[in-house]
Amino acid sequence: MSTSTKAGPGSARPILEVRQICKSFPGVRVLKSVNLSIWPGEVHAFMGENGAGKSTLMKILAGAYHPDSGEIILDGKTVQFRTPHEARLAGIGIIYQELTVAPNLTVSGNVFLGSELKRLGFMADTAEMDRKTQEVLNRLGARFKATQRAAHLAVAEQQQVEIARALFYKSRVLVMDEPTAALSDRETDRLFEVVRNLRSEGLAIIYISHRMAEVYELADRLSVLRDGEYVGELKRAEFSAAKVIEMMVGRRLEDFYEHTKRAAGRVVLEVKNMSAGERVKNASFQLRQGEVLGLAGLVGAGRTELARLIFGADKRKSGEIYLNGQKLQINQPKDAIRAGIGYVPEDRKLQGVFLQMSSGENITMNILGGCSAWGVLNFKKLNERANAEVKAMRVRTASLKSRAGGLSGGNQQKLLLARWLEINPKVLLLDEPTRGVDVGAKAEIYALIQQLVDKGTAVLFISSELPEIVGVCDRVLVMREGEITGEVGGQSGTEITQQNIMQFATDVSRSGSTNGN
Amino acid sequence: MVTEATTQTAAVAADKRKEFIRSMIQMAGMVPVLVVICILFAFLTPNFLTQNNIVNVVRQASINIVLAAGMTFVILTGGIDLAVGSVLGFTAVIAVGVSLIPGLDWAAVPAALLAGALVGVLTGMTVAYIGLPPFIVTLGTYTAIRGAAYLAAGGTTVINSKIGFAWIGNGYVGPVPWLVIIALLTIAISAFILHSTVLGVHVYAVGGNPQAARLTGIPVPLVLIFVYGVSGLLSGLGGVMSASRLYSAQGQLGIGYELDAIAAVILGGTSFSGGIGTVFGTLIGALIIAVLNNGLTLMNVSFYWQLVIKGAVIVLAVMLDKLRTRGQAL
Repeated sequence: MSTSTKAGPGSARPILEVRQICKSFPGVRVLKSVNLSIWPGEVHAFMGENGAGKSTLMKILAGAYHPDSGEIILDGKTVQFRTPHEARLAGIGIIYQELTVAPNLTVSGNVFLGSELKRLGFMADTAEMDRKTQEVLNRLGARFKATQRAAHLAVAEQQQVEIARALFYKSRVLVMDEPTAALSDRETDRLFEVVRNLRSEGLAIIYISHRMAEVYELADRLSVLRDGEYVGELKRAEFSAAKVIEMMVGRRLEDFYEHTKRAAGRVVLEVKNMSAGERVKNASFQLRQGEVLGLAGLVGAGRTELARLIFGADKRKSGEIYLNGQKLQINQPKDAIRAGIGYVPEDRKLQGVFLQMSSGENITMNILGGCSAWGVLNFKKLNERANAEVKAMRVRTASLKSRAGGLSGGNQQKLLLARWLEINPKVLLLDEPTRGVDVGAKAEIYALIQQLVDKGTAVLFISSELPEIVGVCDRVLVMREGEITGEVGGQSGTEITQQNIMQFATDVSRSGSTNGN
Repeated sequence: MVTEATTQTAAVAADKRKEFIRSMIQMAGMVPVLVVICILFAFLTPNFLTQNNIVNVVRQASINIVLAAGMTFVILTGGIDLAVGSVLGFTAVIAVGVSLIPGLDWAAVPAALLAGALVGVLTGMTVAYIGLPPFIVTLGTYTAIRGAAYLAAGGTTVINSKIGFAWIGNGYVGPVPWLVIIALLTIAISAFILHSTVLGVHVYAVGGNPQAARLTGIPVPLVLIFVYGVSGLLSGLGGVMSASRLYSAQGQLGIGYELDAIAAVILGGTSFSGGIGTVFGTLIGALIIAVLNNGLTLMNVSFYWQLVIKGAVIVLAVMLDKLRTRGQAL
């Protein structure tokens, strides 16, 4: 509360105003007269689904894009940035999601990169740069030294280097794009501390995030963008999850994880004694028709590895796979696909989507054989199928011909799901299907999973987000260090709760019992 | 309100116009560059725009067009084939050599094509199954096959003045040389494979994202073997075309041809990292190189200056292309 008194219209005028900004790319209007007022000494959360236009607006503020129309007013003066450098000099600092620290340089080398202090006009004044950098690092509460090489820094520390760099340009507005995406909880706490300090120094901070909890904790005000349009802003006192979601999605999400637990049918997929070195040890389980089987565990517990073994993406040391009682010979993904098993990989960009290819090609990649004669493609058929999927999945793409790389994360994920739906899979392995996807698309993906299950597909659902696992799954297997350590829900007698899952995922229960002994 | 509405519609119209111009530019690709160079030469030398000379230019380009078409397949998968010139020399020697064997002269062309395809398939297998970088594998074949060409020719020039397939290099259909017809057919068939077949989509998929391709069940190794096989086969075809035109072959035939082929592909707008490009672009690229060679020779520019100018044009043209496609990444 004390922080919010300083923020807001209490100050004379906003430090940064965006008025009626419009921006189009060929075929898409990304921003439609967006307005935004940022006051000094406030943390202004900026929310919206993927593809809502947040990053485009950020890039306009950063001088990387030029608006088609509209004004940017910084400290009362209309400004036009021709290059990112001009924006930086004017006092707008941007901390991008992908950090740009050069690992081979020292911390101070990174901070002064491109504007090194000189002695006698040409010699780098390393000592002075180190000293000045250290001052700022102390101010940020950093626990590393200016003279240290950046290569050894953790992600959170690299972030601090970038913040330090922004501070050197006397930034008055600091834009942070999903700054906690790669941070651990402890690192996140540290970052929040830094952000609060900067706020109390009078900086205006634009904080882009998907995570509602963070926004509640940190923000004095929040603005929502939807489909390139400015929906409105909320003051801290008005924050509520329902309201924010409604603003972001444009409709009410009655129940986010609406789903009826159902009685599982016959066994569709059975995995016996699956092993691959240390990563997966002797995993056995059954997947039943019409159920969503969750696979929970900490990162590195072997969930992705197990899914990849089933799909034939990696070599297994031992193990058998039965589909509808029949033993399968799966040595490569092709075999699994032929048997009717689909796999949506964890890393969408690296392993899933063909970014340079069109949306249509991405959807039909698995049915080319069926929509061709003697290897010659039947474009009419392919376009029909792709169009039907785009409609059914509500993929936001200008046309079937637009490149998949231009779509937002949620829409790329929909392309991937559509690709698998086209082969009517008996079993679908979903590995973190909602990672980096906005709330709206998340809800759509959950609904889709329900539809699939209703149609009889068996779904294996891997996720690191426990609320999601609890909300979506009928039964959950938990892995730890390559082993399936427990089961909750279904016939197991234990309820699906975050606590029960965590007990199996960490060795709390084991150490607890040994202590007891 | 009225003014706002009108500015809105105006903005939409401007968008559409911009998009239209952009799509036109994208479709045209390097064609404007080719046209500008042609107009320039037409003004600078009186002989450039004659029918004879135009046929001549395309005929001179024909072998490079064939090699570059094969190279396009390989580069689309993110690879490279440095051996095309060596394979051309080797297969040319084989073609002439076999044509000299009494009773087997009919087998000259098939033998050359087969040899080329075989080298390509072996290259592809090494890249696909052993996972060596294509640059290194084809650097090896580039050297080894060149040696094989010298060995097959016995260190001299093999000559057959009554070569059975002379029509390929010297025959005409009406005013059009067979070499030109073969080159254009190669482009047409390649374009058909790349754009209208399952295999073609798989080539783009493997080039764009090999991991995703594998997880989608695309037989990545077979696709790789196919593209190197095509490159080898078309190098063999290039060998046949050369041998037929010259009635002879020798070990050093085709040295440096790989660079012209790569230049044509890059000029044609194909991305060196794979996944983006067309064989039509490659055709335009090869024609640009041929027109430069021809026009500069007609203008009596010295060979040394020709090299300098050619190199500069390649870099400039690709720079232009980069500017043209900059907004497209979105």
